[in-house]
Amino acid sequence: MLLTRRRAARHERPGRPLHECSWRRSRVSILVDRSTRVLVQGLTGSQGRFHGLRNRAYGTNVVAGVTPGKGGTDVDGIPVFDTVAEAVEATGADASVVFVPAKAAAAAVIEAGEAGVALVVCITEGIPLHDEARAYAHLTRTCPGTRLLGPNCPGVISPGKANLGITPGEIALAGGPVGVVSRSGTLTYQALHELTRQGIGQTTCVGIGGDPVPGTGFMDCLRLFQADPETRAVIMIGEIGGTDEEAAAEFIRDEMDKPVVAYVAGVTAPPGRRMGHAGAIVSGGKGGAAAKIEALREAGATVVLDPTELGSSMAAVLR
Amino acid sequence: MDLLEHAGKRVLAAHGVNVPVGHLAVDVERAVAAGEAVGYPVVVKAQVPVGGRGKAGGIRVADDPGELAAAAEAVLGLSIKGHVVRKVWIEEALTASRELYFSFTFDRAAKAHLGMLSARGGVDIEQVAEESPEAIHRFHVNPLDDFSPADAVAAVDAAGITGDAVEPLVELLVLLYDAYVAEDADLVEVNPLAVVADGRVLAMDAKVVLDDNAAYRHPGWEEWRDLEGLDPRERAAREKRLTYVGLEGSVGVIGNGAGLVMSTLDVVAQVGGKAANFLDVGGGASADVITAALEVVNDDPAVRAIFVNIFGGITRGEEVANGIVEALGRVDLRSPIVVRLDGTNAGEGRAILAGHESDRLVSRPTMLEAARTAVELAAS
Repeated sequence: MLLTRRRAARHERPGRPLHECSWRRSRVSILVDRSTRVLVQGLTGSQGRFHGLRNRAYGTNVVAGVTPGKGGTDVDGIPVFDTVAEAVEATGADASVVFVPAKAAAAAVIEAGEAGVALVVCITEGIPLHDEARAYAHLTRTCPGTRLLGPNCPGVISPGKANLGITPGEIALAGGPVGVVSRSGTLTYQALHELTRQGIGQTTCVGIGGDPVPGTGFMDCLRLFQADPETRAVIMIGEIGGTDEEAAAEFIRDEMDKPVVAYVAGVTAPPGRRMGHAGAIVSGGKGGAAAKIEALREAGATVVLDPTELGSSMAAVLR
Repeated sequence: MDLLEHAGKRVLAAHGVNVPVGHLAVDVERAVAAGEAVGYPVVVKAQVPVGGRGKAGGIRVADDPGELAAAAEAVLGLSIKGHVVRKVWIEEALTASRELYFSFTFDRAAKAHLGMLSARGGVDIEQVAEESPEAIHRFHVNPLDDFSPADAVAAVDAAGITGDAVEPLVELLVLLYDAYVAEDADLVEVNPLAVVADGRVLAMDAKVVLDDNAAYRHPGWEEWRDLEGLDPRERAAREKRLTYVGLEGSVGVIGNGAGLVMSTLDVVAQVGGKAANFLDVGGGASADVITAALEVVNDDPAVRAIFVNIFGGITRGEEVANGIVEALGRVDLRSPIVVRLDGTNAGEGRAILAGHESDRLVSRPTMLEAARTAVELAAS
């Protein structure tokens, strides 16, 4: 049974090199699609199993699981391998979703990159900063064909096509024309929910995650949405801290002609207890919600102050 | 975890960084004994997790036991930006011929470690950064690479620092990078980094922030956990492994995900209320975690209503609903709960809650409506 499955998988894609960057090829949606072949790292764990099977039930082409020591078994018919390289070799997987616990997650991301996986979506939260920084630097230096999304993110969903991660698929609506990019997991769901209530579909929804070293940032996603013919407008959800929203605002001003509706969480957030001066010197007064909102408004984005208004505001923009 | 100065210095010293001789004291008697051990003159330094100690009177020099006793008496019990001083660090008083600034932290924008070095260290470093940013030399270190003595020489040179201090300074910067990486620190900051008369370069202060995500591989950190400065509500939450920040209002807020909780605070404020806290139960929260969160919020006497705002992804609706129902049975909740539940298995969750709906447990379909109800209940 397993063997047949693996042979069939190989047969479907003769001669295709493993290191091909599938996300760069022209497709209907950005990052993932129906044809994306997904492996789940940590499929045999409770979160990996729950969400891996949910992703498959959504229609995602989940072709393999990876758990060291569990090779040769299967999870509800999905073959499990000891290593990512074996899973890629046997199934032609070109994307990975990582549900591995925090202690081992950075190593799992690196393993996927070295096995030539084009898109690595790391859901795991709580990874030590220095591990995350090394994993990102490693991918950048030695696996340039690999894009990392996350860590500590909900993943990416192209409604009706594929769902990689923990986004509840039932709140998304297929058919576009709105792209969503968000730093906050739960607010991403909120945005999808509001759009769907308005009858507005989504092309792709990308949760970039709130960790200090996001593999894919606002600007990467805005660039992809700007180039995506199916996407007519974009929702962007930011948070206080860092200056990524300010940088995204510059990109919106200089390089985007598609409308952007934005929300920034944390207007009333208490200032964090802060030790030392380094943070203040680096941010130079940026980083607060007010500064981000102002930068986005100046760039021409429509900024809402309540996330439940994202849908109605987008409806007005599309009209 | 933010380390107090004394703990930060001990961490740096363990990596070979020069620090002044010092001892910790919790009362006047022990402060005087520490003074004898250190040798006069000494500096008495308040141990609080905030900056601006000197300007608040938390740092004093003493030349003899009498002065030390008076200084310790004055500093212990002092309130600095809301933090009562319970410990003082008694340290040898050294005269700096030059005061430098140095830090390592992570630069989100560059996705690399960031070193900052300035010849103009001291209390006004943020002002220096604002008025003459060129006076602070910034350089990046790729997380895969070492920070070598040659790199340190280049940094010192670029910061315009010359003279006899260069050699010990270079050695010190390399040690500070070692400490930053080996200790899983988010921040290592030394201000001032002092050049003293005998030519040594010492860390006169130390701000070290350790990454809680890495605590599992540093069993020694337990020793540094200084819980004394924490708000009792925050301490209780930490014991239950919840992310909690105490605030001033009357609406207890529980949510999943930092973004959603921040957004909940914003929406509560928008409809005229004030949140009593920020409480993030994180992803995949089980019934036990929700119960624990309700207990923590319920213990806050200022809370008049509790707003549970859950949008499920990895967190499942029925788990949240079960937690709420369980808490209703286990905890004597003083305040009514308003629940807004959506996302993964929200239907199952709402069905569970519907069986327990009362004037103590109200369910609302949207965030805005739930916020309005919670604010009304808190005001009634």
